[in-house]
Amino acid sequence: MHLPAPRGELSAAVTAALGGHRGALPPVRGVDPHGEDLTLALHVLYELHYRGFDGVDEGLEWDPDLLRLRAALERPFLAAVREEVGTAEVAAVVEDLLVERLPGSGVSHFLRERGEWWHFQEVFTHRSIYHLKEADPHAWVIPRLRGRAKAALVAVEFDEYGGGRAERMHSRLFADLLDAAGLSSEYLHYLDVVPAPALATVNLMSMFGLHRSLRGALVGHFAATEITTGPSARRMVSALRKLSAPRECVRFYTEHIEADAVHEQVLRHEVIGGLLEDEPHLAGDVAFGLMATELLEDRLSNHVLGAWQDGVSSLREAADVLV
Amino acid sequence: MVVHGEDGSVVRSERFVTAVCTCRRSKIYPLCDTSHREVRREG
Repeated sequence: MHLPAPRGELSAAVTAALGGHRGALPPVRGVDPHGEDLTLALHVLYELHYRGFDGVDEGLEWDPDLLRLRAALERPFLAAVREEVGTAEVAAVVEDLLVERLPGSGVSHFLRERGEWWHFQEVFTHRSIYHLKEADPHAWVIPRLRGRAKAALVAVEFDEYGGGRAERMHSRLFADLLDAAGLSSEYLHYLDVVPAPALATVNLMSMFGLHRSLRGALVGHFAATEITTGPSARRMVSALRKLSAPRECVRFYTEHIEADAVHEQVLRHEVIGGLLEDEPHLAGDVAFGLMATELLEDRLSNHVLGAWQDGVSSLREAADVLV
Repeated sequence: MVVHGEDGSVVRSERFVTAVCTCRRSKIYPLCDTSHREVRREG
């Protein structure tokens, strides 16, 4: 994967530094914490901890100046999300996530009612950033857990990684979906066209995964994802079948309906339950992780639906890449 | 694990835990698809 095109001063400085042209790294002041520039800069720095970029020195993952800049980018992002979600009790948040509200207003509702193929392709494109590394951010929390929470989380991760079979890994199933949909399944292929609201959802889990101090939030994040996927995957299956979409596209979502019905139970009772039995002081962080996930998912949903309602693409410069 | 539904359906699950449908609303019966969840009509 090549480095993406910068979207402002911060992302320009980051991509230049990774490309070997290190100037003074800019201060992070008065920047929109949800804006394109900060979000891409943070995304690129996080990627050093996953698979990196072609031609970029692997040692830069632990470069003190870049880590300092990363911390300076994380602070306003985390502070903004914290301020927006407020505080709540874990049980109440989980209870709320388990209720299915009708009429629903999210992307999967739109797709089921009046989704055209290009809408689906855009959703696949946004989601390719995460689903091609599905479950990776959550693996970072494993050494930070113990006992019941650890055993249960590892079992869910094992399932995400295909239960030992490469062809069943969820990231592989998504790659198959992309190929069948006529899109590229190359890792981060669409980074340049995916806008901040979608990148931010991945930044959130990378941030939670990379900081031991945010392990409670990571667990909350994982649980929120597993709780809400089931119903939306059901809608995706019915929307895709309506369009007679390729089998591989449907398969990704049918797998998630069945898997996440299990994962939801395990996450709620064993992982959250086990963690809070072990470390009850993390309850606030778990609730924060649950709510932060919903906040950024809603923001992405609003962005995508807003664009579609205006009759335009929800991607950046979509025309060039999607052909 | 082999799950036998009351309607005679039989499915094999290779997952570490299997979620079984007990509300009979699941579209993938005898497995759970979370259709048991509360639906709240709003607006």
